[in-house]
Amino acid sequence: MQDIGLSAHKLSVHYGEKAAVKNVSLDFADRQVTALIGPSGCGKSTFLRSLNRMNDLIPGARVTGDIWIGGENINSPQTDVVLLRQKIGMVWQRPNPFHKSIYENIAFGPRYHGIRDKKKLDEIVEQSLRRAALWEETKDRLHNSALALSGGQQQRLCIARSIAVKPSIILMDEPASALDPVSTAKIEELIAELKQDYCIVIVTHNMYQAARISQKTAFFMLGEVEEYDDTDKIFTNPQKISTSDYITGRFG
Amino acid sequence: MAQSVGKQQPKPHLREEWVGRVYTFLCILFLLLTIFSMVYFVASKGLSTFIINKVNLAGFLTGLKWSPDSEPPLFGALPFLIGSFSTSILAAVIAAPLGFCAAVFMTQIMPKFGRKIMQPVIELLAGIPSVVYGFVGLSVIVPLFRDIFPGQGIGIAAGAVVLSIMILPTITTIATDALASLPAGLKEGSYALGATRWQTIYRIVLPTTMPALLTGIVLGIARAFGEALAVQMVIGNSPHIPRSLFESTSTLTSAITLSMGNTVMGSIQNNALWSLALLLMIMTFVFVFIVRMLERRSKL
Repeated sequence: MQDIGLSAHKLSVHYGEKAAVKNVSLDFADRQVTALIGPSGCGKSTFLRSLNRMNDLIPGARVTGDIWIGGENINSPQTDVVLLRQKIGMVWQRPNPFHKSIYENIAFGPRYHGIRDKKKLDEIVEQSLRRAALWEETKDRLHNSALALSGGQQQRLCIARSIAVKPSIILMDEPASALDPVSTAKIEELIAELKQDYCIVIVTHNMYQAARISQKTAFFMLGEVEEYDDTDKIFTNPQKISTSDYITGRFG
Repeated sequence: MAQSVGKQQPKPHLREEWVGRVYTFLCILFLLLTIFSMVYFVASKGLSTFIINKVNLAGFLTGLKWSPDSEPPLFGALPFLIGSFSTSILAAVIAAPLGFCAAVFMTQIMPKFGRKIMQPVIELLAGIPSVVYGFVGLSVIVPLFRDIFPGQGIGIAAGAVVLSIMILPTITTIATDALASLPAGLKEGSYALGATRWQTIYRIVLPTTMPALLTGIVLGIARAFGEALAVQMVIGNSPHIPRSLFESTSTLTSAITLSMGNTVMGSIQNNALWSLALLLMIMTFVFVFIVRMLERRSKL
């Protein structure tokens, strides 16, 4: 058994009266990619968002249950959300670079966690961009606008931006679904690379992607986890009919 | 038969299309004609001061003394220019921070209350007639300034305060729209990096929407620049460059409205007022031009 990077215990999310996620308990291993799959509206993105307390921002959303990181329940009112989000990075479906230079995009997070030293910031920017396989393409135009990058580059920039604050966990919400196949391949390569250091949880609609990049897969349906197992097993020998139906494309 | 009908008269939907085209074309023509003739009229009248009456243009722009009835008449518009610029810019300095904060509050902090209640209330300010603003200024702000500061209470400061309230809706509405149309995900991206709400507003939301916010300010200044009545009621209307913010002075607009009725059409005194109007119009064009430039920049 590997180290557990992040673990949800009986997590439920309600929007008003409606339950979007019901009693989900999942352990996410460190240095491994876990894929969350399931039909649209099954609660997988909502679940992902509650892991770094992004649902706090949605009026009327209520998250109950525990989320454990290294012996600390972060789903408690006492948790410092700012510090928590430093530990958990997040990447969205649509790249959302800030309207600033490439450099400033990366330096944004570290600055807020108190790093002012120019040399240190330079170093972080370079490391993060290298880590996100974007350094070679951008090193000569670090101070150009990030909006001039292509969609795939912007997404890698967003990944670089989230690693710049040195998280241990990275959440990705369909990070490649707005990208062309070449950029998608690059992002997948990058995820495989990052897996060596981070606990990665990724929501994806692409079965092949889940099969290619993840070691564990959780199948969500109607706000509940139907099946959670090694990716190989889920895709070759699913235990439940609903899982096999979904994977073979019979619904969803 | 069907063929011959098709040839002889256009099909109904094509006729509609044609009527629509002609109608919109006529409307546009009328609009263009109105604008063009107004510009032509103001320009020809305003320029005749310099062409027919041989008033020196440089002297007009830099002269300190405005006394059209003296012998020889003196036309120095600099006091009005200074009055106009200082009141409108000071008004923007007062109104911009208030408008931004109101917009931030209405979109980021309490969106429901803000958009449902506060925004209509602020927009209501735009509908109040300027004479009411002037009257309130005259009976509230002027006496207040008279008690606190040396002087009569009238002057640039009183004018700027009245104008700042008048342009608040412009600045607030534009800022609110800009903040509300922020690209989705930007704020979340900032929060996810561990930034607090204030840091997100200050470092991401405001810089991203800056061109639009500046547009709001420039439009506000343009409105303040052109406002006549309310300013005239509180500024004192003496054509001098004031030594303090609480001393009587004039603006381009207040000078025009004040003397308009006392001049004879075609006289040098009347033409000089048209020259002031021309100056105002040119300044408005400059403001519109600045707004255009800002908008182009914001699209990058």
